[in-house]
Amino acid sequence: MTAVGDGSAARTLVLEARGLHKSYTVDRSDHLAIADISLEVAKGEFVCIVGPSGAGKTTLLRCLSGLMAPSGGVVLLEGSPIVSVPPEVGIVFQDYGRSLFPWLSVARNVALPLKVRGIPKTERTRIVGEVLSSVGLGDVAARYPWQLSGGMQQRVAIARSLAYKPELLFMDEPFASVDAQTRFELEDLILRVRNEFEVTVVFVTHDVDEAVYLADRVVVLSRPPATVKMVVEIPLSRPRDQLVTRADVEFAALRGSLLSLVMGH
Amino acid sequence: MTAPVTPQVKVAPSEPATSSRGRRIGPRTTKALISLGSLWLFALLVALWWLGSNNSHSSFFPPLRLTLIRFRQLWLFADVRTDLAPSLFHLAIGYAIASVLGIAVGALMWALPLLRQASSPVVYFLYVLPAPILIPAVLVLFGIGASMSVAIISFACVWPILLNTLDGMRGTDQLKIDTARSLGLSYWRRLWSVVLPGASPQIVAGLRAGLQVGIILMVVSEEVGSTQGIGFFILQAQENFAGTDMWTGILVLGVVGTVLNVLFVAGERFALRWYYGSRAAARER
Repeated sequence: MTAVGDGSAARTLVLEARGLHKSYTVDRSDHLAIADISLEVAKGEFVCIVGPSGAGKTTLLRCLSGLMAPSGGVVLLEGSPIVSVPPEVGIVFQDYGRSLFPWLSVARNVALPLKVRGIPKTERTRIVGEVLSSVGLGDVAARYPWQLSGGMQQRVAIARSLAYKPELLFMDEPFASVDAQTRFELEDLILRVRNEFEVTVVFVTHDVDEAVYLADRVVVLSRPPATVKMVVEIPLSRPRDQLVTRADVEFAALRGSLLSLVMGH
Repeated sequence: MTAPVTPQVKVAPSEPATSSRGRRIGPRTTKALISLGSLWLFALLVALWWLGSNNSHSSFFPPLRLTLIRFRQLWLFADVRTDLAPSLFHLAIGYAIASVLGIAVGALMWALPLLRQASSPVVYFLYVLPAPILIPAVLVLFGIGASMSVAIISFACVWPILLNTLDGMRGTDQLKIDTARSLGLSYWRRLWSVVLPGASPQIVAGLRAGLQVGIILMVVSEEVGSTQGIGFFILQAQENFAGTDMWTGILVLGVVGTVLNVLFVAGERFALRWYYGSRAAARER
């Protein structure tokens, strides 16, 4: 693992991207989605990635997580270059309805990554029970995902990604498809399980308020071809609270400056 | 180029009906009444047949009354063992072989692009070929009897199953594949645990089409190259001018076809309840 000293304490880097770029060929013309992106994520950090619509946030997440191979540059997970999606990585997608497998019950969905890792059945059942309780879904194990509300489905998806205790969790606008109230609940949920599971989170969102509320640092992308416009530290105190933190003067200031960065002023 | 048949989804009535006296009838009773009520045309046609044939003296269009009497004599249940059971047995074996081969080869064609490229022209050519055309050739290969029937039934049934399997797998939601990759599933594990289950509604549609084809070939193959079975029975009756016998054979086929379809649909409803459930839930949103 690469260690970086920043003067006060040595941080262990979980994720490192160096000189990433990605271009697509659309109708025989090359479209450069990501121009040159380098970033670092330290262990235990909560990093949000924001940017204007179509900025390539999702493309960046796909390259960082291993779903997509970049056209150039390298992604290192705990010091080693990644090949496809590493087993220490989890990904939560925006469209929970299509991500969850409808032919499996909630319990079986959550158990699938454990089954693949050869964990025996009794152990699987125990872990599934624990992680479903952690996300507040202790009593729906036998139901099917499509029988649940949107917020509950996304909790199942989160539980499924956390079941095998990944080092690094990527989330691609995970709360964009739920209503505002549920979104607040899920934001607090992810902060809670982040501590409980000691997982590093890289969270892509178009919602600047959400990014400020959740993050330790916010990476702001420019318009395509995307580069890192700025990285903003969020020194707000933890634990965060929907009412208290959002009423904080510093919250408004950070929100304002991030918004102007994203909107390109 | 394929003929994917989408599974029918029946929507249960969302509100209970009320009888003329204003009492509420439950949704299941309503459904049952609707089903019974929809048989009125069937009953009308049977009545017309009965009346229309009643005074007939033609040996090929006997009175329905006599046909039904003969039906009871032969098929409840004396001749079932000698004449019907062998046919159904051949159908079962042939269909089973076709199902396993169709799904396995379809899945392999999906998984191995080189194989798919090479075999596609052959597959599509054989798919559109009417299987009865090949009966003489199969007869030469297998001789008269059970193996010829099973062979031609398998051959005919496999194509819709194979093509619907391939089609269903190709239609897999990319997000599910990305999810599976993120959860650590290997390529073949993804094929087995994600792509095949996701394709199963389409595969079942192919199995249903295959069943229809199988029933036809079951009869036709026996008319040409067999010494037993329901097709042979009908042919023999025809050649011996036994009109009522021939018509009982036709009735038997009607009953068998209906029963097999009902059983298939019931099985499909059970196996795909996740599919019907999730579609119903999506509609309500």
